[in-house]
Amino acid sequence: MKMDVRPAVLATDHLTVQVGRRDVVRELDFTLQAGDTLVILGRNGAGKTTLLHTLAGLRAAAAGAVLLSGQPYAAWPRGHEACLRGLLAQSQPDFFSATVLETALVGRHPYLGRWDWEGPEDEAIALAALASMGLGDFAERQVPTLSGGERQRLAIATLLVQRPHLYLLDEPLAHLDLHHEVAVLDHFRELAANGAGVAMVLHDINLTARYASHVLLLDGEGGHIFGPAAEVLTTERLSAAFGHPLRAVADGTATLFVPA
Amino acid sequence: MAHGHATTAQHRPVSMRGTRLRARLVIAGLMAAALAAFAWSLSAGAMPVSVQDMLAALGSGEGSMEADIIRQLRLPRAIAAFACGGLLALAGALMQVLLRNPLADPYVLGISGGAAVGALGAILAGATAGWIDAGAFIGALGATLLVFGLAHGDGSWTQTRLLLTGVIVASGCGAAVALMLSLAPEGRVKGMLFWLMGDASSASRPWPALALLAIGLLAALPFARELNLLARGEITARALGVRVGRLRMLVYGLGALLTAVAVTTVGSVGFVGLIVPHLVRLAIGNDQRLLLPAATLAGGVLLCAADTAARTVVAPIQLPVGVLTALIGVPVFLFLLARHPR
Repeated sequence: MKMDVRPAVLATDHLTVQVGRRDVVRELDFTLQAGDTLVILGRNGAGKTTLLHTLAGLRAAAAGAVLLSGQPYAAWPRGHEACLRGLLAQSQPDFFSATVLETALVGRHPYLGRWDWEGPEDEAIALAALASMGLGDFAERQVPTLSGGERQRLAIATLLVQRPHLYLLDEPLAHLDLHHEVAVLDHFRELAANGAGVAMVLHDINLTARYASHVLLLDGEGGHIFGPAAEVLTTERLSAAFGHPLRAVADGTATLFVPA
Repeated sequence: MAHGHATTAQHRPVSMRGTRLRARLVIAGLMAAALAAFAWSLSAGAMPVSVQDMLAALGSGEGSMEADIIRQLRLPRAIAAFACGGLLALAGALMQVLLRNPLADPYVLGISGGAAVGALGAILAGATAGWIDAGAFIGALGATLLVFGLAHGDGSWTQTRLLLTGVIVASGCGAAVALMLSLAPEGRVKGMLFWLMGDASSASRPWPALALLAIGLLAALPFARELNLLARGEITARALGVRVGRLRMLVYGLGALLTAVAVTTVGSVGFVGLIVPHLVRLAIGNDQRLLLPAATLAGGVLLCAADTAARTVVAPIQLPVGVLTALIGVPVFLFLLARHPR
């Protein structure tokens, strides 16, 4: 579907986010259009997860506003925001057993009424999402029997079942092997190409360079640089943000950043 | 995404229907077990009553001795045991989700400790049965509010903090109970010990507990799917649109009220609230929409049967029912756990 005016899936207006008294970002302004893939980079403890949770509407901002499809979270009807944006949180331990299919079906929660049960359509959506993450044969397995990487792909499949317009991903590549890293990022690139917005926290600068349309680089003290990926990803800026010198190596088709 | 292993042919359609059908069969089986437990409880005892006579006694208003025994002694006691078993199992299932901890039980927030301090204080003061109940109820709610107030003091509310506060308050109550037992005159110690171990023999007014059981289950069921999400973690639940703060308040308040009424009616019967939700979870999984009603029924069946056994196996001596629930529950639980290599 082609649109003349691309809607802003996510935008911030002078957003300031704090942890305790420390600024994570000060006066952040950015706009994420449908089709954009934003990668948030920064060193450990810079506040990437905190910022992502704020963008997901789960945490109050110290100042400024987060706009989801043009409106603040509070302006959306209760529960409707879960149909618009989905969050892949960092993995949390499971204390109770469940099957893989049961877990993936959780993503249908925002679409079901209080007394509804998941029906065949919901199961079809969940099974398709599981298959897209290579878990098609795992539907009846118990989650605690899965490996770390399989659980991460199950968490991603559960998010896909939610079918939001905006995907917020906190370290989506955690525990994944090389093949699945690329496969997962390819999948989200395809979703973005079909009109979704994607914002994610990554640690791999080279995968960022390969997949991001925009980059938000946090310095850990409230300062930030936002812009098209090619403009933000420079050796000087990355070296300063990560506190370690980097150097760029060109292999003819791509530029790779390696620690100096 | 291209995946080699995703293309394997499916042998049969994968669906939740089989799991749910099984769970519904388990619930139907538990309903039948509840009827059987009631029938046993009403017919067994020093004066055995046949099923025909039992139904006749329940149906008609005549004043034969059998009818009097059933309607005035055995029926209230059976209802009290069933209701309190259900209350404890439901409260236990709710607490396990609230605290995301499989070791949580209804007493984890200090409720039974508070109730024991209140009840034993009343017994020590020579109070009558009604005041003992009142003391237990006030003690239970007092402990709940104390734990909530302390754990919630700075506005944050982590499960660990709540759990730790509950455990500490419970052990403080335990010390107070030990102190009262050591100070109590000889003649009151046995009554105090029976209260502590759980005892349905004095439950003459079972209807409030049964009514609360129905109300509690009906209040929890609309939130059952949200509880499924809460069991997976707060962030996940909130990201999917669950109002976690409100849900937690509801679960906490409901769990505390159910437990307070149960301990007020039959004393602090152990293990039902911890073990029954786990037993049911092993049988039907952890979907709260099925688990909550199934655990409620199973808890009722267990306590009703255990209470009947407690007053008949070594008759005329009556055993404290809490001892029997532990003696039955612990080996059954360990056996089932060993069979499920999860």
